[in-house]
Amino acid sequence: MDDARISRSGSSPRLWLAGGWLLLALLAAVLAPLIAPQDPLAQDLMLERLPPFWLDGAEPGYWLGTDSLGRDLLSRLIFGGRIAFIVAFAAASAACVVGSALGLIAGYFGGWADRIISRIVDIWMAFPPVLFAILLVAVLGTGLSSVIIAIAVIDWTRFCRVIRAEAMGQARMDYVESARIAGYGRIGIMLREVLPNVLPSIVALLSLEMGIAVIVEAILSFVNLSISTDDPTWGGIIAEGRLSIHQAWWVLVFPLITLILTVLSFSQFGEALKARFDPVLR
Amino acid sequence: MLLQRFLVRLLTMLVTLFGVAVVVFVVIRVAPGDPIAMMLPPGASDDDIARLRALYGLDKTIVQQFFIWLGGVLRGDFGTSISLRQDVLGLVFDRLPATLELATVALLMAVAIGGTAAILGARERGTAFEAGIDIASGTALSIPDFLWGLVLILLFGVLVPVFDISGRVSPQLDLPFVTQFYLVESLLRLRFDLTWDLLKHMLMPAVALALPLAAIIAQLLKQSLKEVLDLDYVVLARVKGFSETQVILREALKNAALPTLTLVGVQFTFLIGGTVIVERLFSYEGLGNMAIDAVINRDLPLIQGIVLVFALLFVLINLAVDMMYALLNPRLRHG
Amino acid sequence: MSAACLDIRSLSAVLPNGQRVLRSVSLSVQPGEVRALVGESGAGKTMIGKAVLGVLPTSVRVVDGDMLLEGEDLGALQPKARRNLIGARTALIPQDPLTALNPSRRIGPQMTDRLVRILGWSGERADSRIRQLLDEVQIRDPERVLKSYPHELSGGMRQRVLIAAAFAAEPRLIVADEPTTALDVTVQKQILRLIAQLQRDHGTAILFVTHDLGVVAKISQKVSVLYAGKVVEEADTAELFAAPRHPYTRALIAATPRYTDPYASLKPVDETVLAGLAAEIAAADQSWRPGHG
Repeated sequence: MDDARISRSGSSPRLWLAGGWLLLALLAAVLAPLIAPQDPLAQDLMLERLPPFWLDGAEPGYWLGTDSLGRDLLSRLIFGGRIAFIVAFAAASAACVVGSALGLIAGYFGGWADRIISRIVDIWMAFPPVLFAILLVAVLGTGLSSVIIAIAVIDWTRFCRVIRAEAMGQARMDYVESARIAGYGRIGIMLREVLPNVLPSIVALLSLEMGIAVIVEAILSFVNLSISTDDPTWGGIIAEGRLSIHQAWWVLVFPLITLILTVLSFSQFGEALKARFDPVLR
Repeated sequence: MLLQRFLVRLLTMLVTLFGVAVVVFVVIRVAPGDPIAMMLPPGASDDDIARLRALYGLDKTIVQQFFIWLGGVLRGDFGTSISLRQDVLGLVFDRLPATLELATVALLMAVAIGGTAAILGARERGTAFEAGIDIASGTALSIPDFLWGLVLILLFGVLVPVFDISGRVSPQLDLPFVTQFYLVESLLRLRFDLTWDLLKHMLMPAVALALPLAAIIAQLLKQSLKEVLDLDYVVLARVKGFSETQVILREALKNAALPTLTLVGVQFTFLIGGTVIVERLFSYEGLGNMAIDAVINRDLPLIQGIVLVFALLFVLINLAVDMMYALLNPRLRHG
Repeated sequence: MSAACLDIRSLSAVLPNGQRVLRSVSLSVQPGEVRALVGESGAGKTMIGKAVLGVLPTSVRVVDGDMLLEGEDLGALQPKARRNLIGARTALIPQDPLTALNPSRRIGPQMTDRLVRILGWSGERADSRIRQLLDEVQIRDPERVLKSYPHELSGGMRQRVLIAAAFAAEPRLIVADEPTTALDVTVQKQILRLIAQLQRDHGTAILFVTHDLGVVAKISQKVSVLYAGKVVEEADTAELFAAPRHPYTRALIAATPRYTDPYASLKPVDETVLAGLAAEIAAADQSWRPGHG
């Protein structure tokens, strides 16, 4: 009991810090056309590789400097956030719905359904996920929807494995038995009794998965397979930064910091939410 | 009992591999875009295209193609790479050793770092030192290998350039190797100058791969060590006069390692999956790097071959872990 | 006057929340003597044994008192020296033989490791010593037992192994922590007889922790009665049963079932006795200040 209380009181600043960063990044992405100081696509060879504002040679209005084509880094990061968040929400939700549904079915019904779903999960687990994602996007053709579909197709197993195990545990509980005696149908019990109890895990996984989706999108952009090459993406900026690392380190450092903060925030946010909603810890 | 367990695992392993083969085959064949057209110079005649198509067996139905390919695979013939025009198996075997060496070094580092952190954390349980280990492992775990790779490139490639961040070995070196296991061979030939050069290239990508796994080992092993350290036989060992470190190493570690081992197996396959992007990041000439090129070039036979080899590695690791678990657990060993 | 084998002087220990678990406990065990430490569960009797052996749970903190092992002050020694001294001169017979053996190591090495690695004996000497002890605890097939893993032996066999291992290095003091509680009733008697036999043969002093007055009567010469971490009565065993002085001791003896009347219901300890005890402990706590005992 004491441990639970400690982790819960400790979870609050975590929740606020992580949530704060995510809200800030999300707002910036949504309001990108209003707040970005420059056009993210405007090239100006006169302004190439400007350093960030505190270094000699910086230009006002280009706060974080420019890349090798003279494009404003801050504006590109802000606009890149749009794609990152769209992918995060769409891909993670799709993976969540498919994976949780299959996990619930496998865990609650067991038998053949479980055997088939588990075998498919085994097969999926034998793929190197990054290679699988690259392969799918190459097959589907680059573009936002391809990236979202690829991530959902690969990562539903994360939800499926966890929810299956939890639903299995729940299915053995007394209250499920009594609901059955009371005459509820199997699917009714699954949705009414089992689903609410595995919801904290789903929420935590969903938040974690959003962070993973952001990373996968960045990786795909990094190997030049995400969306059209014109739109700024965090992975695309990183790929460019990796190339000009010795001339303009800031092109790599700022997107890297953005990515790390976003990924850490998603995972911390998920764990804090789980701790808050988990009835056992409360 | 052990044999029976082994055979059952072997069977499920084959089913999984077959599933992987089917999935990758189907995924690739539904791809829009014609790989043959990409091979030929612009202006090639339809006849040329048809001939090349027949050469690679692409004129048959997808089911026929699958079984032709599968039959070849079972005979050890994975087909010919379209972009590199070489035997797929030969290409894979050329690159696999580099990836295996990288993954093994990363695994050893993860076990060493994570194991040490777990043992020290368990010995100093309840102190600020343990809390520090918890924070460090939590952070290491939340950041994926791709980002660790970038951080390391910045820190040790640019800020303090002590390690190489590109390639497998310095290009100007004269290599006497006959196999692709450079690291192993350099040790066997006592060419430690080459070993050092290889390690300098390997260290950063290996650390990037190792950190998340090290964090998991640190967390899990510390937790199970702490549970074991309260048991009666550990108390008895303390009364016998053994120091806390001796108690952990002699009495607790083996029993605490068992639950960790299963998870490390799964995590090691994740680590190998991570080599794909980390090799790309560090321009390390391994299987993963070649896989990305194969995808970009739509080199179907090569992609199939590489994916299947990765899948084989994954299921073999899981099999090995399962057998190790059974061997280390005396209850299972003696039925 | 020769030093006592074990001398505990006003030992006090607290939990993190300040609650006292040991209240100025004093007791001594003379060489070759068996002192029983009897009390209900939670009275702190196991805690005393663990304090002597230096294996208290991390949450329990000794705040006051001295422990002397053959005249050497354990509190004054460096951790390593204390560990070596305890390892060389004491041994533990644990409560639950099922959990007191490492499941992944064979019995043989578990019995010899202290002899070889702490006391520096040769492997052969340790081996022949262990076989001798296995014979003394009436294990007839030492070869098989030494090669076994713990789960291949019965509870009674494991306890014999643990007893043999405890006596193997000829310790001066053995702490026996409820060594028969976890066993079947029929096995309990055999084990108790074995411990008594080996104790007589080897002349080892034993601090025998138990909640069972029947066991106390069979094995010990001296007895300390513990309640809420406080020694409420201390006497020769025969004397204690013949003429218990403290009301709590009388209540405990009354509560013990007898062979003559096995179906008599256990009598709960009288309310007034408990009230008297509470007052006694409150008075003791009043006068007690940490570090000035």
